Amino acid sequence: MTAHSLSVHRLSAGYGDRTILQGLDLDILPGRITAIVGANACGKSTLLRSMARLLAPQQGQVLLDGKAVHRMPPRQVARIMGLLPQSPLAPEGIAVADLVGRGRHPHHGILSRWSQADDQAVADAMEATRTLDLAHCAVDELSGGQRQRVWIAMALAQQTDLLLLDEPTTFLDISHQIEVLDLLTDLNQRRGTTVVMVLHDLNLAARYADHLVAMAGGALHAQGAPDEVLTEDTVRAVFGLSSRIVPDPTSGRPMMLPIGRHRMA
Amino acid sequence: MTASLIARGRRRRARRRHAVIGGACALLLAGFALTLMLGQSFVAPQTVLRVLAGQDVPGASFTVGQLRLPRAVVAILAGLSFGLGGAAFQIMLRNPLASPDIIGISRGASVAAVLAIVVLDLDGPMVSVMAVIAGLAVAIAIHGLASRGGVAGTRLILVGIGVSAMLDSVIAWTLSRAPSWDLAEAMRWLTGSVNGAHLSQALPLLASLAVFGGLLVSRSRDLETLRLGDDTAAALGTDVAATRVAVIVAAVGLIAVATAITGPIAFVAFLSGPIAARILGPNGSVLIPAALVGAALVLVGDYAGQFLLPARFPVGVVTGALGAPYLIYLIVRMNRTGGSL
Amino acid sequence: MTAATAIPGLDRRPGGGRGLWLVLLVFLLALLGALSVAVGTRDVGLDDILAALHGRTDSIGQAAVAARIPRTVLAAVAGAALGLSGAVMQGVTRNPLADPGILGVNLGASLAVAVAVAWFGIASMQAYVWVAIGGAGATAAFVYAIGSLGRGGPTPLKLALAGMATSVALSSLVVAVMLSRGDVAGGLQAWQIGGVGGATFARLMPVLPFLGAGLAISLASARWLNALALGDDMAAGLGERVAVARGVSSAGAILLCGATTAVCGPIGFVGLVVPHLCRLLTGIDHRWLLPFSALGGACLLIASDIAGRLLARPAELDVGIVTALVGAPVFVGIVRRARVREL
Repeated sequence: MTAHSLSVHRLSAGYGDRTILQGLDLDILPGRITAIVGANACGKSTLLRSMARLLAPQQGQVLLDGKAVHRMPPRQVARIMGLLPQSPLAPEGIAVADLVGRGRHPHHGILSRWSQADDQAVADAMEATRTLDLAHCAVDELSGGQRQRVWIAMALAQQTDLLLLDEPTTFLDISHQIEVLDLLTDLNQRRGTTVVMVLHDLNLAARYADHLVAMAGGALHAQGAPDEVLTEDTVRAVFGLSSRIVPDPTSGRPMMLPIGRHRMA
Repeated sequence: MTASLIARGRRRRARRRHAVIGGACALLLAGFALTLMLGQSFVAPQTVLRVLAGQDVPGASFTVGQLRLPRAVVAILAGLSFGLGGAAFQIMLRNPLASPDIIGISRGASVAAVLAIVVLDLDGPMVSVMAVIAGLAVAIAIHGLASRGGVAGTRLILVGIGVSAMLDSVIAWTLSRAPSWDLAEAMRWLTGSVNGAHLSQALPLLASLAVFGGLLVSRSRDLETLRLGDDTAAALGTDVAATRVAVIVAAVGLIAVATAITGPIAFVAFLSGPIAARILGPNGSVLIPAALVGAALVLVGDYAGQFLLPARFPVGVVTGALGAPYLIYLIVRMNRTGGSL
Repeated sequence: MTAATAIPGLDRRPGGGRGLWLVLLVFLLALLGALSVAVGTRDVGLDDILAALHGRTDSIGQAAVAARIPRTVLAAVAGAALGLSGAVMQGVTRNPLADPGILGVNLGASLAVAVAVAWFGIASMQAYVWVAIGGAGATAAFVYAIGSLGRGGPTPLKLALAGMATSVALSSLVVAVMLSRGDVAGGLQAWQIGGVGGATFARLMPVLPFLGAGLAISLASARWLNALALGDDMAAGLGERVAVARGVSSAGAILLCGATTAVCGPIGFVGLVVPHLCRLLTGIDHRWLLPFSALGGACLLIASDIAGRLLARPAELDVGIVTALVGAPVFVGIVRRARVREL
């Protein structure tokens, strides 16, 4: 797979008159996993939504392979870059295989017919996410973790080199959070898919990401390898929280332990 | 291997879909034939065919050719328009309550038609044009009033209910100024009726189905992706804003042209989509089945209003009485699940 | 100096000058009443007006003015009843969109009257009132029951939709009744749009006892409504019997709107608009809000009636049409202002 490049150049974005991001620059590392972290309302979702061209920039631009993504034909972008929004909606009663098949939308025009290649893409996506045995179930009957795997399968059926995810682990039990992050790592390692995700949990972000982006107040505070970024200073600046950083005994990555006012030894 | 498993499921869904559409078409044709034969007097099938072939049959040429045929044709075409337009809105806004007859778009078209006929003394295509313009104006107004950083579904529906109430009073006002206060005519603009239909009225309906219906069906794949949420649709490469505009123009066009001819037949746009979805199940786009259901509702409702009830009622009274309990059922169901619709 | 008065701005809360507003409102009502007698489709001189007020009906002008007097009184009474009943309903349901018109209660009264007239040959005003109140009560109970089933209680959306569904069904039925009895349809149709034209004191008299009872109950329920505003659990915690409070207050509101509907037909939006405007003046205390709503309703309905007479000269516009034209934009405004979470 050829690696596509995605970068953000002097981007200002927001909703209505409100500007949330102020002149932000960021290069996404191709073929790696990037996690964006920060406190609530720091602009991390705004950044992801701008990159996925769901939000038009007020100033600056988002460049996909050097071209302004907001001016490219939507279907062409959708064949390169997939997105899993925070709360996608499943139509009532839709079967898993049918929903995953919706991921083939950008590969079809008004008149084109469904082909063998489409079936193969759907099957591959479901195999990768271990949802094949759910193929004929209705999506509304699935558990939260299963449903999230199905949505990821849909994004995979899109067969894009870039995958953006907005908080893919929220509302999931801890075991399903790990399952989803493992799955995304599989994808990255086997197919070389570039993964960019917004994550709530700092420690999971530090464990799974190759590149950590910490945001505060609509700007980039720090970026780099988790070891460099996840420091006591960063946590204080980004979350306003005292903490200690220790090596995670299971992964060797840094791990943040919060310090409150009580129960401190 | 696994791909063939996927293909099997897909073909099964397609087969069910075709069976439903085929069955609905057959039923509609049967209903059409029956309404031509039955009524105050029975007309034998051979006689109906001779009238349709253009032969002059004493008696039957009038009852079938002048009364029943135009009525059935207009009922079916108007029903197709209402069903298509209503389902398009419901899919686009992901809410069965967001149908044009609840959020005031049918009312807007109705007001324009009444004004054009009663005050400006217009007829024919100009009435349809004014209805379409008014329907679009109401759609834009409701959208503008309800949006505050994105359209919130609930607010849109409540705003629509308020706008409908106001438009209703404009209709009542206009009708009270009409030279002759005619109850039957008033009923047409308040609840909808196919009384006194002419075959010439079928032409604008056909044209609108061809133009607006065609536009809608050509966008049906993009419309389907909107059911996954606006963000997901955009991620799949759908131009959400352009799709919205196309769907609104097409659906409002369909609804307004039909309203200009039959009046806002109550709740057909609202009922067709959900009924079609119930029959079809999760087997693809509900647009075409909804159109067929709409046609059946108007055809059967009109027949029932004419011959099956103690007095003669316009079709809108029948569909209104059908639709209200369903709306109540939706509310009760919304209560049970605790969530939104 | 106590701590409370030391906080700047505390005494500038809404309702600071409530007494003054009350006087102004009474003055406005008197002014509108005078205007309503003086203004109409026919221009009348001052001497004719004065003569008519003394009971003389010699000239056409004097007769016209004499006919406007009961009409003005009816508009004032009906408006006060509707405004008050809307304020009580909004309090009972804790719902900013509650209104006898939107909840379909007026149409329930309509259907009951239509059925009574068409099939049971009832023609006396006394009987109308009983029938209308019965219909209004049954509809109110039905809509409220549907709207409040399940989790979340009666949210504005559910109540408005339940009211709308019920209204459509009821108006279909009213039409069905009218179409099957063509002979009485014309009169019913005029009654159904809602009007105060053609009012006489003889028509007004029979409903006054009902309106009086409704008024007394409603005004007396102000304290209950204040408690209910905190939520059912909190009200119970404060020692109120929630079911009793809610039942009695609703009965007062239903008496008011049922009786009004019996005389003038369904008139929408007065009960919605007036309490909202009054709340801007009085704040949320129902002991002030209720009398303000009654006065405000009277003003609004008289003003609408005058507007209806002037706008459509030489014909008249029924007051129900005017209130809908004025009220629907306010409804939309309320919906726009409310946060989505509350809807």
